[in-house]
Amino acid sequence: MSSSTQADTKSVPVQSADGPTPVARKPRGEFIFFALRSKKFIFSVSLLSFLVLLAIVGPLIDGTDPLAQNLTVNTPPSIDPGYWFGTTTFGEDVFAQFVNGLRATFFVGLLGGGLAAVIGMGIGFAAGYKGGWVDEVLNMVTNVFLVIPTLAVLIVISSYLQQRGVLFEAIFVGLTAWPWAARAIRAQTFSLRSRDFIDLARLSGRRGLKIIVLEIAPNMSSYLMLTFILLFGNAILIAASLDFIGLGPTGGMSLGLMMFNSVTWAALLLGIWWWFIPPGIGIMATVGALYVMNVGLDEIFNPKLREL
Amino acid sequence: MRRYFGRKLLTYGFTFFIAATIDWLIPRLMPGDPVASLIARSGINNQDPAAAAEVVKYYNNLFGLDHPMWQQYINFWTSLLQGDLGRSVFGHGRPVTDSIMSAVPYTLALLLPAILLSYWLGNSFGAIAARRKWLDNSILPVGYVLTSTPYMWLGLMVAFILGINLRWFPIAGGYGFNLEPAFTWLFISDLIGHWFMPFFSLFLVMFGGWAIGMRNMIIYELESDYSRYLEALGAPQRLIRKYAFRNAMLPQITGLALQLGVIVAGALVTEIVFSYPGVGQLVFNAIKSEDYFLLQGIFLFIIVGVLVANFLVDIVYVIVDPRTRVAMSGGKA
Repeated sequence: MSSSTQADTKSVPVQSADGPTPVARKPRGEFIFFALRSKKFIFSVSLLSFLVLLAIVGPLIDGTDPLAQNLTVNTPPSIDPGYWFGTTTFGEDVFAQFVNGLRATFFVGLLGGGLAAVIGMGIGFAAGYKGGWVDEVLNMVTNVFLVIPTLAVLIVISSYLQQRGVLFEAIFVGLTAWPWAARAIRAQTFSLRSRDFIDLARLSGRRGLKIIVLEIAPNMSSYLMLTFILLFGNAILIAASLDFIGLGPTGGMSLGLMMFNSVTWAALLLGIWWWFIPPGIGIMATVGALYVMNVGLDEIFNPKLREL
Repeated sequence: MRRYFGRKLLTYGFTFFIAATIDWLIPRLMPGDPVASLIARSGINNQDPAAAAEVVKYYNNLFGLDHPMWQQYINFWTSLLQGDLGRSVFGHGRPVTDSIMSAVPYTLALLLPAILLSYWLGNSFGAIAARRKWLDNSILPVGYVLTSTPYMWLGLMVAFILGINLRWFPIAGGYGFNLEPAFTWLFISDLIGHWFMPFFSLFLVMFGGWAIGMRNMIIYELESDYSRYLEALGAPQRLIRKYAFRNAMLPQITGLALQLGVIVAGALVTEIVFSYPGVGQLVFNAIKSEDYFLLQGIFLFIIVGVLVANFLVDIVYVIVDPRTRVAMSGGKA
């Protein structure tokens, strides 16, 4: 989680340091060349692809309702067809819960992280490019949201909702996870703003929005990508904590909810380890792969960090 | 100096104002009437409409909902400034402030040692890892695994291995159920035994994050111009490392401030795993018994705690980084 702080504090823009090189002319082959050489990148991409595949295909192949209760309770995992990951105290299929929960996890990460990235980019670009009182106001708003503990806000909001869906969870997480991204993007925009090619664009009469979209954003595209990856991972962790407190989706399944249920029904004391170990590994693998991918991509984009 | 802290305090005061307002607004913005849903659950509505109306009136009066909005808002602030956060349903009418105050020492006893120790060890290990290849290859993957582990799951694993399988530590509660709080060896050792596992699992997750952060910052600093220049001048490696460490420390302090919210959240879920009687357990019980007063009180309390901690980090930053002091006294850094 503290990788987010690294992204925030390591504010030296790599792309802009090379000067105003238009992105389109950059050899694309170079990226693929270094990407294929980076062990971190290949490892994380393979792991993520596997998990995504499992989340998409798993529920289709298995087809078991994750909430369906059977008579075979507390079965340990076995390779025999039936219950690969065993069953819970209520006879629910842990594997079915796992693949469905993985689906919800990716959904929350993608939507929540994506929403946070969009808000963070909007506020960061506006504050960094406009400067002046716009910057002052947006900075104040960002600072306020930065110190408020996200989870505490989410707990209070969610506790008032009787029906909670994964979609709402993702939106709420997205609406509260953006502040550090906004701050980081603002700093980057700020350092790009005074460069010659931006001045030229401004002199040629281009409007602010166009300059941001066509000149500033492409020149920090790699940074934006890294920000999104970290927000993705953070959204997953926040949602899992929320689920674990007992504010997860009602009538749905998620990895955090699996852990909540296992703790509620004393799986720890009864030694039903197959109930609480898979969801944790699922989250850890997903978030870990995202973090490693973040570092791998950083090394690919940043010539200074490349391992030769 | 006074202007700098004045500005900071203003921001924090404003943040508290916003947070408290959000806290007040949420129940009033939520779809549905909280009183109506309270009645619906009790099932009075179906049997006797007249009794139901009476109960609605009673609750509206109790929660002060029969006043106009602006007056409710003012009442909220007056009682808040008097330290009155209402009464807890879960605690059978016990003042919310009391419930929170009895839980806070447990949470602080977990948080403070875990933050300080993980910060110190994590930064040291990260700095060492940056200069030794074999350490780097072992610490870095471990750090990534730890930092991407959800706090509660690491807590579950620690409880499962150290508590259930090895039976080294008790897995639930703040102290043994057969003991009364007293200043005796028996009680204190029991308290520490119950404290260790939640502390340890919090420590582990944070350790990973600091180690990776420091390692990356050091490598980054060693690539920068001043390090290269020192190297070209023939300065000893130790000196260069020392400067790199000092520079890398600053973003780590900012990082600590930014992470406070996440760390507190981690402590809350870790307490739930171990049924540790801190604020997290209180949140958990409040949600289960739909005790909104208690939840909102805890929310405000956490905000104040995080704001105070942020301010402390600001002070530390000024002490550690001489440039902020120069900038404050009018010079240009």
